[in-house]
Amino acid sequence: MLGKLSIDALPLYSGIAMGGALMEVVAGLFVVGFVLWLGKVRYLWTEWLTSVDHKRIGIMYVVLALVMLLRGFADAIMMRAQQAIAANNEGYLPPEHFDQVFSSHGTIMIFFMAMPFLTGLINFVVPQQIGARDVAFPFLNSVSLWLTASGAGLVLVSLVIGKFSTAGWTAYPPYSGIEYSPGVGVDYWLWAVIVSGVGTTLTGINFLVTIFKRRAPGMTLMRMPLFTWTALVTSLLMVFAFPAITVVGALLGLDRYLGMHFFTNGGGGNMMNYINLIWIWGHPEVYILILPAFGIYSEIVSTFSGKRLFGYESLVYATAAIGLLSFTVWLHHFFTMGSSANVNAVFGIATMIIAVPTGVKVFDWLLTMYRGRIRMSVPMLWTIGFIVTFVIGGMTGVLLAIPPVDYLMHNSTFLVAHFHNMLIPGALFGYFAGYTYWFPKAFGFKLDETWGRRAFWAWIIGFYLAFMPLYVLGFMGMPRRMEHYDTAAWQPWLIIAAAGAFLVLVGIGCLVMQLYVSIRNRDALADTTGDPWDGRTLEWATSSPPAPYNFARVPFVHDRDELIWRKEQRTGADRDDIASPIEMPDNTGAGVVIGIVAGVFGFAMIWHIWWLAVLTLLVILGTVVARSFSDDDEHGLSDSDVSSQEARGSGPLLGY
Amino acid sequence: MTAEATAAPAGLGKGSENATLEDRNFGFWIYLMSDAIIFALLFATYVVMTRGTDGGPTGRDVFDLTRTFAETALLLTSSFTFGMASVAILGRNRSGVILWLVVTAILGLCFIALELSEFAGMIAEGAGPDRSGFLSAFFVLVGTHGLHVSGGLVWIAVMIVQLMTKGFTPPVLSRLYRLGLFWHFLDIVWIGIFSVVYLPGVL
Repeated sequence: MLGKLSIDALPLYSGIAMGGALMEVVAGLFVVGFVLWLGKVRYLWTEWLTSVDHKRIGIMYVVLALVMLLRGFADAIMMRAQQAIAANNEGYLPPEHFDQVFSSHGTIMIFFMAMPFLTGLINFVVPQQIGARDVAFPFLNSVSLWLTASGAGLVLVSLVIGKFSTAGWTAYPPYSGIEYSPGVGVDYWLWAVIVSGVGTTLTGINFLVTIFKRRAPGMTLMRMPLFTWTALVTSLLMVFAFPAITVVGALLGLDRYLGMHFFTNGGGGNMMNYINLIWIWGHPEVYILILPAFGIYSEIVSTFSGKRLFGYESLVYATAAIGLLSFTVWLHHFFTMGSSANVNAVFGIATMIIAVPTGVKVFDWLLTMYRGRIRMSVPMLWTIGFIVTFVIGGMTGVLLAIPPVDYLMHNSTFLVAHFHNMLIPGALFGYFAGYTYWFPKAFGFKLDETWGRRAFWAWIIGFYLAFMPLYVLGFMGMPRRMEHYDTAAWQPWLIIAAAGAFLVLVGIGCLVMQLYVSIRNRDALADTTGDPWDGRTLEWATSSPPAPYNFARVPFVHDRDELIWRKEQRTGADRDDIASPIEMPDNTGAGVVIGIVAGVFGFAMIWHIWWLAVLTLLVILGTVVARSFSDDDEHGLSDSDVSSQEARGSGPLLGY
Repeated sequence: MTAEATAAPAGLGKGSENATLEDRNFGFWIYLMSDAIIFALLFATYVVMTRGTDGGPTGRDVFDLTRTFAETALLLTSSFTFGMASVAILGRNRSGVILWLVVTAILGLCFIALELSEFAGMIAEGAGPDRSGFLSAFFVLVGTHGLHVSGGLVWIAVMIVQLMTKGFTPPVLSRLYRLGLFWHFLDIVWIGIFSVVYLPGVL
């Protein structure tokens, strides 16, 4: 009846795991209790969870990302603390638990922090930037959100019921096979990744169609804001790269569940094929994470320098080139696997070539700032911190791209330092910058500057303290993922790294304080104009927060920086579409149902509860079929609806 | 380029129904490309694993070209009959469309039945997917195609019901168009399977 599930699944094996599980349960109960105490259950369900409004879906994605950031960071600081003390002793974490911690840290940060963060920002911003009223497929958007949330939920559940994978975030076989990992850990990883991966593929399709088909009149491709361009290329990568992880996950699952021999040691299996397949997804994934951040930086550099973006077309071509090249370098993740020297050389050179378009971007940002009137606001701080730090990470990347060097550095902490040096400034700082930049658009008030600056300084100094020692340790020969070690010379560096992690914790505390202080002072920080930063693009032409349909009149786009164009011309509204009727999609609970039932399906598969797995699949199929019978899923808005919405506040320059 | 010269792409900004349906067709093309990647990776995996027989049966031992010929004939004919359904759609001939969809579904069902009997026979002979890496790759590639065909059959059934209850409404027509894309796509994949799996397997 319950498959493999029994009372033994509770984390009674370690006090620390038990404590973590209790914290998670208490935090969950606290949130539920808080909502009940506010009496907002119905509001939450009708206005948010069932919403198909791209802005609300975007905000929910970002909330998910921030929650998962806390969980992923808890893992990080546990590892840093363990390694700081575990010289010639066992530290406080048993090996089995330590391995779960680094596996869940990577899985959470990539799949359930970075992915929802960037998807949320794209969701919130892109339709507004292109003058659209929603995405092309609002319902599909809701399904994507809830599939992602379900995947994240599975990782969270694994802390309380059963154990998580110990096979690292990429789950290489044969270790991740049933022979060496017979428990449920790898299955938790598998289903979390597959369920959320399907959601991401659907998101990619949705945004390709939205950007290609829903742009306002006059917005040619070369008039799209750069963030929209990066969202377009990222969506392409999602559509073409995510099938690879779906396939590789499915094949590993078939090995584990049905005794097949795709990646096993014996039986004609080929584990190299796993590593090929996962990195055919994995390398484009890096650019899925980084390109939207590049787009955010481009918007911010231009806005806060008060200048048109320098080299816009070169930035577009660089983005597209990076997107294309991202599919040609996957082998550099396993130079040491023994391909021939010629094959390694080809992939090494391809990897170095990616530095060229990236360098183009860095120069474009610098030249945009050159002779601009720069405002050193918080988004700009993150941007400048990124440029400096990212260039260092890029240089260590070019080092690692040389196969003979990689043979020395492979699986050392040098590699760990390198990819954190790319992803923290290259992705996370960008998302923080975007979060600060677009927050007033989402909620109608700005975030507190002082706490934002404190957060930035704690994060960036903490980052350098935490990761520069890992470069040194890599040169000293320290492998990654060590639970304890007997080389005393490593310990001072690991203590510095742990201090860095604690400084990052201070940074996270500052972000929490920033949110608290900003909500408390929301009247003083209110954005009444809809354009708090002297913005350049269309999302600043609506009120903050925008009406559900964004634009009462579909704007006609004259220029790449349409809003600046209108501010300077003092006109431009005359060609806006004043007559188009507004039809908005109805909210629906089907997305939540499909997402949560998919999560239950994953849980049933993990614990071999076959009847539940079949039942949940049938429910999903039934929901999809039933949904296909309802053709009338939109409601029109009358003129009085629109004018009452518009009375709440109006955009500055669309002539409302 | 002046602002005036840049014509707006069709159906922007407005929630007009035709634009929405056109967007769905475009989105479905993108989905098919994504699905094609799944098949491409399974094909690549199959090719990589053809030698991983672990001393067990090879393609020559387990493939039966006669059955494969029958499967191919059924599936290609079903694409033709779907084409006839599309012709009937142009003439807004409801009973004609339903008739041809039923014929298509019967051909698809026969295809699935043959494939299942092939799988069952192989498993009974000890040539199941857990025998060797080669057989795992074979079952998963061909089985994924079979799962898609089964999904297409459910979709055909749904569309027959919608045709009977709703008639030729724009959403139904648009769904039929996408179903057609899906069905023909599976045909193309099958030709790949025939040429990459069965034919080299017995040669």
